[in-house]
Amino acid sequence: MGSITLRHVSKTFGEAKVIPDINLEINDGEFVVFVGPSGCGKSTLLRLIAGLEDVSGGQILINGKEVTAAAPAARGLAMVFQSYALYPHMTVRNNIGFPLKMAKMDKAAIDKKVEAAANVLNLTDYLERRPSQLSGGQRQRVAIGRAIVREPSAFLFDEPLSNLDAALRGTMRLEISDLHNQLKTTMVYVTHDQIEAMTMADKIVVLNRGNIEQVGSPLELYKSPRNLFVAGFIGSPRMNFIEGAYAQSRNAKTVGVRPEHLILSKESGLWTGTVTVAEHLGADTFLHANVDGFGPITARVDGEFGVKHGDRVYMTPDESKLHRFDDKGLALGNAVVAA
Amino acid sequence: MATQNTKTLARLMMAPSVLLLLVWMIVPLAMTLWFSFQNYNLLDPSSDGFAGFFNYEFFYTDPAFFQSIWNTLVIVGGVLLITVVGGIAIGLLLDQPIFGQGIVRILVISPFFVMPPVAALIWKNLIMHPGYGVFADIANLLGLQPVDWFAQYPLFSIVIIVAWQWLPFATLILLTALQSLDSEQKEAAEMDGANFFNRFIYLVLPHLARSITVVILIQTIFLLGVYAEILVTTNGGPGYASTNIAFLIYRTALLGYDVGGASAGGIIAVILANIVAIFLMRAVGKNLDR
Amino acid sequence: MARSVTTGRKITATIVAWVVALIIFFPILYTIITSLKTEPEAIAGFNLIPSGTFENYINVQTQSDYLKPFMNSVILSVGSTILALIIAIPGAWAMAFSPTKRTKDVLMWMLSTKMMPAVAVLVPIYLLFRDFGLLDSRIGLTVMLTLINLPIVVWMLYTYFREIPGEILEASRMDGAGLWQEIVYVLTPMAVPGIASTLLLNIILAWNESFWSIRLTTTNAAPLTAFIASFSSPQGLFWAKLSAASTMAIAPILILGWFSQKQLVRGLTFGAVK
Repeated sequence: MGSITLRHVSKTFGEAKVIPDINLEINDGEFVVFVGPSGCGKSTLLRLIAGLEDVSGGQILINGKEVTAAAPAARGLAMVFQSYALYPHMTVRNNIGFPLKMAKMDKAAIDKKVEAAANVLNLTDYLERRPSQLSGGQRQRVAIGRAIVREPSAFLFDEPLSNLDAALRGTMRLEISDLHNQLKTTMVYVTHDQIEAMTMADKIVVLNRGNIEQVGSPLELYKSPRNLFVAGFIGSPRMNFIEGAYAQSRNAKTVGVRPEHLILSKESGLWTGTVTVAEHLGADTFLHANVDGFGPITARVDGEFGVKHGDRVYMTPDESKLHRFDDKGLALGNAVVAA
Repeated sequence: MATQNTKTLARLMMAPSVLLLLVWMIVPLAMTLWFSFQNYNLLDPSSDGFAGFFNYEFFYTDPAFFQSIWNTLVIVGGVLLITVVGGIAIGLLLDQPIFGQGIVRILVISPFFVMPPVAALIWKNLIMHPGYGVFADIANLLGLQPVDWFAQYPLFSIVIIVAWQWLPFATLILLTALQSLDSEQKEAAEMDGANFFNRFIYLVLPHLARSITVVILIQTIFLLGVYAEILVTTNGGPGYASTNIAFLIYRTALLGYDVGGASAGGIIAVILANIVAIFLMRAVGKNLDR
Repeated sequence: MARSVTTGRKITATIVAWVVALIIFFPILYTIITSLKTEPEAIAGFNLIPSGTFENYINVQTQSDYLKPFMNSVILSVGSTILALIIAIPGAWAMAFSPTKRTKDVLMWMLSTKMMPAVAVLVPIYLLFRDFGLLDSRIGLTVMLTLINLPIVVWMLYTYFREIPGEILEASRMDGAGLWQEIVYVLTPMAVPGIASTLLLNIILAWNESFWSIRLTTTNAAPLTAFIASFSSPQGLFWAKLSAASTMAIAPILILGWFSQKQLVRGLTFGAVK
């Protein structure tokens, strides 16, 4: 059991209103990712849920019970910190067992649980080591282990992968997703990396300046972003935004087209441009081209599409997948595509 | 998590340190200030009462006063020059890869741990003694007349001793700073064609600027109050040739029994120290904001 | 230094460094050598090879009762350091973990008390000590040493405590540790190295303090600094004995000092250089 409800939650630090007013429902067993640029309030929101910061207004409910004023430990949540926050003077065994020791569990039971967690996380051989003797990925797993043994009603992750290198990040992403499938416990995960959000989340909460821009499944957000911010934030490479005559011809202030929704040709098309850079990834190629009349546009094409710097290319947008936005940046009638 | 409760607790925890230092700062200083305006001589109980600025005038018009100010400046300036220049040079040397670096470091740092009276005695008797010191032995070997250091160059001799004590401090701090210089920066400068001299001027010296400032300011605080070295070697003489402000106040107070005069000198010393302190606080204060 | 250094250059640097180091260390080395000479040997000109007698060390004890000032030094330096730690730990703790807007000002003000020249308050302190009968008493000098080193102790502890990452404290709170458990299981083990460093450096500073310890004591409470300073009066040329006394006075602190190089930089620059 682990549902979390935020009702009109706000937070101010002195003069600064970091979170003006947030309402959010996190269901039991869901993997929810808070994503947004740095300074958007996503970490603050997580810390409010954890109880590490006091809310300035509103209510927080866990499993329907009001916990707004409860101490962090009393909320039944476990947290994995960005710096892992392992206790440097304790062995891995004692680190993982610390919350159980605090709960006054007897030693044999602690050992059993710690060893079970270590087994799940491949840490069995490292139980007697100190954090300083472990690699980044192992430390990360110890931090997760310390969270698991408490059998919390929800896990909170604060940018847990940002200190790891790219390859390890990919592996840990899988491991955390896998863990979620095994435990089926609610997870709230904060990141600034939209790839982590897209690949792991059941539900993404896009935050900007302390406000929720949109809540939805990864594909909902990808297919029908509610506004320019979400459209630009979700998806990689970024969506192309086109203004001016072409947008007006589609009855919009701005038109957005994703790089993968451009049809490329060497012979003919609606727009013509000159390739500035071609990034060959193997299967795909990202083409950065200067399109006559608009300026820089990014397109995603098949790896076999052989062009190089200076070549002329023709492109046509897939009209059925165009995104249209009004002068306030809000999406206009999602007429073009069905989710 | 700063609730009202923890704030009160924090104040309570700080109270002992703050109160003690407050008393320690205010009481003696207030007494010094009070005495400095009184006629107060331990040998002559009959003279008492308000003295106005007489003590300051007395101290100020004493020819020994200007001599001792000058001597103070010479000690501070001379020691700073030797330790900073020497510290940078030795720091650069120890920053190189050498065999036995650990032992070399230990040897270089050692003088700092020698208590001032011992340092002064070693130098006075074993090194600089005109009859049996090592310097005299060297002079004899070269066929020169041995120098009676403390009679002929009393101030210079004291500068040498104090510099020997503080050179390790400067070296250690500057070496620490040198080691924190990013080696990629050095390599980048090398790739850019900067030779050793240019790297030193444009890369190393600016990097050291802050540490040099800290070394200068902290040493100045201690060097203004050099005392034991003078007491043990020259006792301020010959005449007042090696008396600094600190030693002059000591002479006035405990040898001349003139409490009023010594207090006036004390206030003057506080003013001098404050001028230095303001600069030091700025340098250290900046570090707090990092 | 990723690139390889030519052996020739390394050897040159090694030789220069060793020569410089030995010159700097020479006065100490020569003192130790002289302490192993007989008195006639000691004034018989430059000689690095002593006859290896230990009689000077015995003489220092039998003729001047070396043990008494030595014990005074130990009691005064350790006593004043522990006293300073007891007073400073709560304060530094509070400033590091619940800082307010004024914390920085308080720290700077504490530092400023360290800058008051000792001579400026020599007269009132001397008179106060005389009136309270504290002259030449261990208690009086212990209090004195505690006060003059308190700012450095607070500062050092503060810089160490501040390095304990806040996330670890938060983690322990999430893990269900109460304030007391947080102190016992998390904070104390993490603070101990910093406290030990502070202790070490402060003992060194107190051991070598040579203004108040000379001025406020005569015989009973006189530590080694005052004891050695008394050798300055020209009682004769007992250099071997003087060297033995000096060696014994600096040896313990020299060895402690070698272990505290890092803390020294940090402590004496108030955390400005690490």
